[in-house]
Amino acid sequence: MIAVLKHELRLYFHSLTAYVFGAFLLVFVGIGAMLYNIQAAVSNFEYVLSFSCLVFVVIVPILTMRVIAEERRQKTDQLLYSLPITTTQVIVGKYLALLAVYLIPLAIICLYPLIFAQFGEVYLPTSYGSILAFFVLGAALIALGVFISSLTENQGFAAGIGVAVILFNYYSVSLAEYVSSTAFGSLVVLCVAVLILAAVINHLTRNENLAYGIGFVLIAGMAVLYFVDSTKFEGLVPDIMTKLSLFERFYAFVNGVFDMTAIVYYLTVILFFLFLSVQSLEKRRYN
Amino acid sequence: MIAVEHLTKYYGDFLAVDDLSFEIDEGHVYGFLGPNGAGKSTTMNIMTGCLSATEGHVRIDGHDIFDEPEKAKRLIGYLPEIPPLYVSETPEEYLRFVGEAKGLRGSVLREQIEKVIADTRIGDVRGRRISALSKGYRQRVGIAQALLGNPKVIILDEPTIGLDPIQIIEIRDLIRDLGRSHTVIFSSHILSEVQTICDRILIIARGKLVAFDEPQNLERRLLAPSEISLKAEASAEEARKILSGVAHISEMDISGMDTDIAGMDANGKKENRVSIRVRTDCSDIYAVSRSIFFAFAKGGRPLLEMALKKANLEDVFLELTDNAAGEKDRDEDLEEEVED
Repeated sequence: MIAVLKHELRLYFHSLTAYVFGAFLLVFVGIGAMLYNIQAAVSNFEYVLSFSCLVFVVIVPILTMRVIAEERRQKTDQLLYSLPITTTQVIVGKYLALLAVYLIPLAIICLYPLIFAQFGEVYLPTSYGSILAFFVLGAALIALGVFISSLTENQGFAAGIGVAVILFNYYSVSLAEYVSSTAFGSLVVLCVAVLILAAVINHLTRNENLAYGIGFVLIAGMAVLYFVDSTKFEGLVPDIMTKLSLFERFYAFVNGVFDMTAIVYYLTVILFFLFLSVQSLEKRRYN
Repeated sequence: MIAVEHLTKYYGDFLAVDDLSFEIDEGHVYGFLGPNGAGKSTTMNIMTGCLSATEGHVRIDGHDIFDEPEKAKRLIGYLPEIPPLYVSETPEEYLRFVGEAKGLRGSVLREQIEKVIADTRIGDVRGRRISALSKGYRQRVGIAQALLGNPKVIILDEPTIGLDPIQIIEIRDLIRDLGRSHTVIFSSHILSEVQTICDRILIIARGKLVAFDEPQNLERRLLAPSEISLKAEASAEEARKILSGVAHISEMDISGMDTDIAGMDANGKKENRVSIRVRTDCSDIYAVSRSIFFAFAKGGRPLLEMALKKANLEDVFLELTDNAAGEKDRDEDLEEEVED
């Protein structure tokens, strides 16, 4: 695991990836700090982070697109399979390297509230609480990016899907307002979601019976539930979309609430996607 | 050392490896031979834990590659068909990563890296980026990677493919050197290569092991009749008459020679010259050539040329792989008949 971590770090700093990622993050946070803290003379650094979290839509896919996709394209994944290390060690090593690359610009950002505190009253607990939340939010998105990268051998494709998924997640709360909140509308949307899920399972396992079996069971279950008690479906889709939003939970920290459940939620998301990435890598051995 | 038991691998419906079993002892160079698509790479990938088997076991020194992967993998160094290199690194950085992943640390790691760099003779390029190296050097970096940690078994998948003749000779010499201190298994579809380096040859065709023996024994196993080609000064009828008295001739083929080779005698009279191909089923081909010599001497016709053609490994290879293909076709035909 340490070997993979050191190796990945060397690769990031050999190429432009780490520098581009860091530069983007610092520039965006810098612009935010200039607008809010300097121009508007607001002493809350957390507003800057709230403004800058949109930058994740671009920089997380840039950082994570090659992490596994490139190994596949260059056939170096064969080396990883033949070395006496487990796929879990490979994924965790790679993930920790990504976190290290992410922490370097973040360490610089940590100085900003202290600098501003020299010139006025800054409430530091909220600032640093928000920075911590900003870190776990990014960490969760990076885990998502690792998983997307493990699905393909084309970096560009991994980046594109990554941008789309993160952007959707970013706007999902705003979009939720426009989604039908009637019971029947929710049922239809959920059925489509289940079909997409079944297609993804089919792609991953190449087992049609399993994929469409799961899809059929879920759809049948929902249909039965709908006829028994259709009120349960009212407003369900907008609700789910809000719950799934990683960004929405971050805004609680910005508003000065240190929400432990949100931290647990982010950690769960990280573990979930790393687990899926291990499975995705392991699956290559079984096809 | 390595025991492969009833290995079977399906890719979907396609049967790539079909109930393959063999054992590999310590301290030899093994050649894994087979036409393209015979299942060589698949078998090697399963033996090194890169791929799962549908059925069967692989044990390295008693450790199952699926149940105890870490112990088993420490005993193997593997170079896949496409060398798995991180092209943005230098060979030295790359070897350090592989060494660390194999659990080497500190001074042991440094010594090992120096040793494999010396063994594979990549010292000149150790500080250059792998992306700037020639194919021959890349292949060597790949082999160096497999040698790290001094594994007992080195498995190389088509190590000479895509190299120029000089590089091929260098890699072969390297493999021969490695064979002195390690068990080496390497695959190839080039016969002469396997013939020159290996102590043992495994031939697989259509996922089945069709032969496993020393090169000489494989040649000996070929039961097809050997061939003698003759040139004699005689007419076709005379030659036929003389040869009919020789034992162990199963087949003969007599043809007149081209007019420009057919010469004149001292009186300017045109001579009859024939070239003859004779097949024999006798195992001692020299006994047959001796009888032919005396038969022509007795018949008073001079033999001008006699050449023996012994069966070589190429023939064994073609015969064995064709047979495997033939059997399969026959099976399929039978199945079809049953279905009808």
